[in-house]
Amino acid sequence: MMAADKLARTMTTPEGLALPIRIGARGSRAGALMLDVIIILGSILAFNYALYWIAGGLLEGTALDPGAASRGAQEFLTILVVMADFVVWYGYFLVQELGPRGATLGKRILGLRIAARSGGRLAPEAVIARNLIRDIELFYPLIFVLVVLVQSIEGEGDPLLGWIAAGWFALFLLLPFFNRDALRAGDIVAGTWVVEAPRTRLADTLSTQGAAASRGASAVTGARYEFGEAELSVYGEKELQTLEKMLRDARPEALEAVHATICRKIGWNPGAGDERAFLEAFYAQLRAKLEGDMRFGKRKADKFS
Amino acid sequence: MKAPVLSSWFGRGEIAAPPDIASATLRSDRFRLEREGEWRRLEGIVAAMERGGLRRIADEDILALPALYRTAASSLAVARETSLDAATLAYLEALVQRAWFQVYGPRRGFGGWLREFLLGGWSRAVREIWLDICIALFVMVAGALVGWLLVAQDEAWYYRLVPGGLADTRVPGASRQELARSLATEESAVGLSTFAAQLFSNNSAVCILAFALGFAFGIPSLMLMVHNMAVLGAMLWLFDGQGLLVELAAWLSVHGTTEIFGILLSGAAGLHIGRSMAFPGSRTVMEAASQAGQRGAVVMVGVVIMMVIAAFLEAFPRQLVDGTGNRFLIGGTMLAFWLAYFFLYRTAPTREGGEA
Repeated sequence: MMAADKLARTMTTPEGLALPIRIGARGSRAGALMLDVIIILGSILAFNYALYWIAGGLLEGTALDPGAASRGAQEFLTILVVMADFVVWYGYFLVQELGPRGATLGKRILGLRIAARSGGRLAPEAVIARNLIRDIELFYPLIFVLVVLVQSIEGEGDPLLGWIAAGWFALFLLLPFFNRDALRAGDIVAGTWVVEAPRTRLADTLSTQGAAASRGASAVTGARYEFGEAELSVYGEKELQTLEKMLRDARPEALEAVHATICRKIGWNPGAGDERAFLEAFYAQLRAKLEGDMRFGKRKADKFS
Repeated sequence: MKAPVLSSWFGRGEIAAPPDIASATLRSDRFRLEREGEWRRLEGIVAAMERGGLRRIADEDILALPALYRTAASSLAVARETSLDAATLAYLEALVQRAWFQVYGPRRGFGGWLREFLLGGWSRAVREIWLDICIALFVMVAGALVGWLLVAQDEAWYYRLVPGGLADTRVPGASRQELARSLATEESAVGLSTFAAQLFSNNSAVCILAFALGFAFGIPSLMLMVHNMAVLGAMLWLFDGQGLLVELAAWLSVHGTTEIFGILLSGAAGLHIGRSMAFPGSRTVMEAASQAGQRGAVVMVGVVIMMVIAAFLEAFPRQLVDGTGNRFLIGGTMLAFWLAYFFLYRTAPTREGGEA
């Protein structure tokens, strides 16, 4: 729960409504980037392979000697490959993040999107800025560190200078770990951040089904569950919402345990076989009471308050 | 009981009819059931917008979007004060957030942005960083001078400054013929287009590096520029020694006026970020960085376009067009074009639209 709270932020809409949002975790961001890089590299490879497959005929009749093939055609293909690589590399991020979802395929899979840190409109310039910086803070450092490693193994170059430069680059690479909002250099320069994009479906209303709808009457036994003031003032909002979650998701065995706990707490003798109806009735009546109090400005956060 | 999870993957669109409002025993659930239809309509519109099919959405839906968004926002505000239904609250929070991203999302896609960029946005951004362009220009001229003076003092500096692969026959002590030959045209255009594509890829990467390094208070950008221009200064010294300075300048000017201008702009854009972070004025450092970064990004997209043009100029006209006069003519025309485009072509900024 502590880790979850660290990612929670509040964004104020122009209507003055405070919306809770969650910063994308560093792990899922790294995962999204890996997915994106895999997709980019995969599509570049596929493109090259397709080109090779299509243009393989160039080498026919030349005894497989590339030098003998038509120079013009070869040149054309080389240009095509160089330009395609460039366009795919930068276009992939730009076009997708400028789109209405504000996320690349990798980010979408991991439920992330980018947003303006100010809470305002996400400007195209910001998207471009954050993507241009990605090269310097991520790919150059990785390549550089690899080169330094290889050089130090082979005893070439100036090791000290190499390590100083590698440390300098590592500073950029590790920047997301040094600030609260997990901003990378590109996010700082562009004024953006990466947030979770929730997709929640509207759940059913609980008060229109089962015992909650029929004023506490159980469909199984026909018994009517009525709780008094004293029994309902045992619990607060936190317990109510935990119970709601149980009613929506939990398995019957779990409900039995909850049923037993509540009965013990309010001093009833737990029966068996009709736990769901009991809990639905208890939920509806507890919620009616707490919401009634809420309208008079009285709130009870949990059972201890 | 809970429906299986799989249904949420495939069950797009099929929504069970909401229960009768009167059957709800809780006042907060009646509140929800009364408004649920509007929320679902908003969710449908937002989902369609996210899929990118703005044209496939009915006009009345588009018109209703701001009103529906505000209804949902006010429903959320009311629900927070009156309802303890955690699932509904979570749904509303997510819905308002999604709708917020669409209502206040980017107004235009990539195409629309590119149009505005070419028709004034680019030159405006360049004019806005004029001070940094002046500083970068000064640094570049100083870098070239330093390169020249260093090599003039001690020839050993030449080998340090100019990487071996690029220099080939162009080394101190080379004869006039050898140097003149390196400025001559190619026999034919064969191989030049590949050369152009690689030049473009390489030069754009250098420019993006110069821009991105500006993040560290602009100092690495300046160092990169000094180093690049020192190489140029060393070359100038070498050709001057054999009386070929004018010829070299003509040879360079064909693409150099575009390419060096592009490097100048990218260095200036990087410097702009660094300068804004070092001296943010009354803004916070983060605000200053993001404002400067966005302005710099616009300049950088332009620099990439300039690099495309420079690469073609470098590969074809420079290698095929002979004669000092002709070469100066091409280079001078390009320079005049860029200066006119950046500093004379002024269009009124199109308003990005106020609030939706």
